Amino acid sequence: MSLTESFRQRTAPQLRVGSRFRALPKSARWSLGALLIAACYLTPYWPDVPVLGWIVNTPGTSFENVLTDQIMMFILVALGLNVVVGFAGLLDLGYVGFYAVGAYTTAVMTSGQFSWPWIAAMPLSILMAMIAGVVLGTPTLRLRGDYLAIVTLGFGEIIRITANNSDWLGGPRGINKIARPPSFGPFEFSVLNAKPYWYLGFTVILIVIFVLSRLENSRVGRAWSAVREDEDAAELMGVNTFKFKLWAFAIGAAIGGLAGALYASKVGFVNPDNFQLQLSILFLAAVVLGGTGSMYGVIMGGILVAWIPERFRGFSTRRYFVFGVVLVLVMVFRPQGIIPRRTAAAGIAEKGDTNV
Amino acid sequence: MSNWLIYRTFWDLTVSGIVLGLIYALVALGYTMVYGVLRLINFAHSEIFMVGTFGVLISLTKVFGISLFEDGQYPYRSGLMLVAILVASTVAAMVVSGAGAVVLERTAYRPLRGAGDAYGAVVLAFLTGLIASFLFTDSMMVDLAIAAVITGPLSVVYVRIFRKGRQAPRLAFLISAIGSSMALAEAVATWGPDERVIYKTPRVLEKKVLFNFLGADVRIDYVIVALGAILMMTSLLLFVNRTRLGRGIRAVAQDAETARILGVNVNSVILVTFLLGGAMAGGAAMMFTLVYDQTRFNIGFLLGVKSFTAAVLGGIGNIKGALLGGIVLGLAENYGSAIFGGQWKDVIAFIVLLTVLMFRPTGILGESLGKARV
Repeated sequence: MSLTESFRQRTAPQLRVGSRFRALPKSARWSLGALLIAACYLTPYWPDVPVLGWIVNTPGTSFENVLTDQIMMFILVALGLNVVVGFAGLLDLGYVGFYAVGAYTTAVMTSGQFSWPWIAAMPLSILMAMIAGVVLGTPTLRLRGDYLAIVTLGFGEIIRITANNSDWLGGPRGINKIARPPSFGPFEFSVLNAKPYWYLGFTVILIVIFVLSRLENSRVGRAWSAVREDEDAAELMGVNTFKFKLWAFAIGAAIGGLAGALYASKVGFVNPDNFQLQLSILFLAAVVLGGTGSMYGVIMGGILVAWIPERFRGFSTRRYFVFGVVLVLVMVFRPQGIIPRRTAAAGIAEKGDTNV
Repeated sequence: MSNWLIYRTFWDLTVSGIVLGLIYALVALGYTMVYGVLRLINFAHSEIFMVGTFGVLISLTKVFGISLFEDGQYPYRSGLMLVAILVASTVAAMVVSGAGAVVLERTAYRPLRGAGDAYGAVVLAFLTGLIASFLFTDSMMVDLAIAAVITGPLSVVYVRIFRKGRQAPRLAFLISAIGSSMALAEAVATWGPDERVIYKTPRVLEKKVLFNFLGADVRIDYVIVALGAILMMTSLLLFVNRTRLGRGIRAVAQDAETARILGVNVNSVILVTFLLGGAMAGGAAMMFTLVYDQTRFNIGFLLGVKSFTAAVLGGIGNIKGALLGGIVLGLAENYGSAIFGGQWKDVIAFIVLLTVLMFRPTGILGESLGKARV
């Protein structure tokens, strides 16, 4: 093996975790899965574990809060945006708009004006975000590629500026006193205790993963990948491309809204500054960094994008510089993302002629 | 009341809208040309513009020694000297922005096209060394020294492990663009003389009203912007339509693969495209500082988004479309904020875009850099 070859293998390791895992007997798969899920539920305690603790620790901020305010949100958002970008191949740069719709719906419904219970506001937030997705999607999904990107980007800005200029949405000061999830048993949702939010959030993440993986392997999922690979061919083969693109948009938006609603009820206040355009770009970065179209990839991407700037808070102001350089380096040496889509590994997208 | 306001100031709004639109148009040219040849939204172009404004700032304060913002104390004694200062600072901005765009292309995009070379590897290796040394020390000098030492061997490794001949997916380019944009803006924010402040740029000339146009005051800086922008755009159009390299650009925009087979050096054409786009952004940077007298590390972001909007509005990949889109956007913003209030300015820009795309899905003039006749 030449020196070059060995370098190449070392920088792009083919661990084949996925295929090795699938090769295990069923009992081993189930118990490994259960162990992994249990370990994830215990994430708030990770900083106390010797070596792991040093790695995940976030100096200067509370790890629990980073976990619930940042990592949890980014995982959910990355999963949702992955439906739009990864499954259906539509470039959405205004995803923060749906996130904001969800957060603001929860905020308006549970704070002073209406005082709904949290449990009632949650489905409404998801529904509102979904409606926003359909309202934005209906006129714009006929546009292609980068035109869609700039229009969605505009939509994200419109939502933020509208919130900023509307008095009943609190204007620039935003809304506070947003309801927390109801406490039950030992799980008390309060400002001081972020752990229950993680248990709740991780459960939601598991449900979303389950639903999406069923969707991906259904008729809808196949229609999405047909649209993504070649829209004209899909249309000719009888796929109603517009309908399925709209579905991707609506489902993606719903998950974004859900993430926003959870975020609002965790931090207890929202204001327009929480929904800057830059956040949309970070969301997209999470998806592509992790591996567009691969669910485990985008989860990893979401975790990294949320966690790296906090882990390296010691760099203080330099951390976004570091983050930017890391993005470029990963794209240069591993453009398919950290955990590429499985079909991509099988060689379809390896040729590099697909659009996404 | 607002109708009255519009009537009163209609021509004022028109004049300043056109000036703003011309600046958008110049920045939009960079987006549109890069999109033409690479099909890439070059997100980092806004930072190329931002770097240009700092080029103006540094050339004026450090090279010409013009002190900041003294009303009534203008640095020129004769008209010739004023012209010399203007031209020199424009050239400085164009050089800084053009060089920035070239480095960007070599570092962040070319390796993704499977054609990474030593130049890109050196920059990437240096940056890797820099961020790695942040882990261990806080002193900038030590960081730079460590990075310099690491650069040599690491760049050799990088050249070897670049993916050769394999095109990355399109989204990878976009993320690379976003990453470099973030890194550039943060680098200026962190290592600029004062962190994250708004810099006043020196006023090089007194902004006298030259003449009245239907009741609107036309200031001297507006005239300079209009003349400069028209000059730059005309020369760009002539370059693209008349010269050999320009023909190369059009060929690559039309079909990069066929152009390569027919003997066009695609990589150098792309480099020239970035250089031209960067130079245009540099010119825009000079005009921006001339009119608005300020700059900041994040000044590029919103202006970049607007300029890209302008490019899409006119028809992306279309040079004349960029001009038209810029002016339409500048005017729409000005009129719109007079009618609905300044806080809705950005909403109006996007609603205009949405409306136009609804009826003309490829922009007002359509996509055409590649379709231009030879």
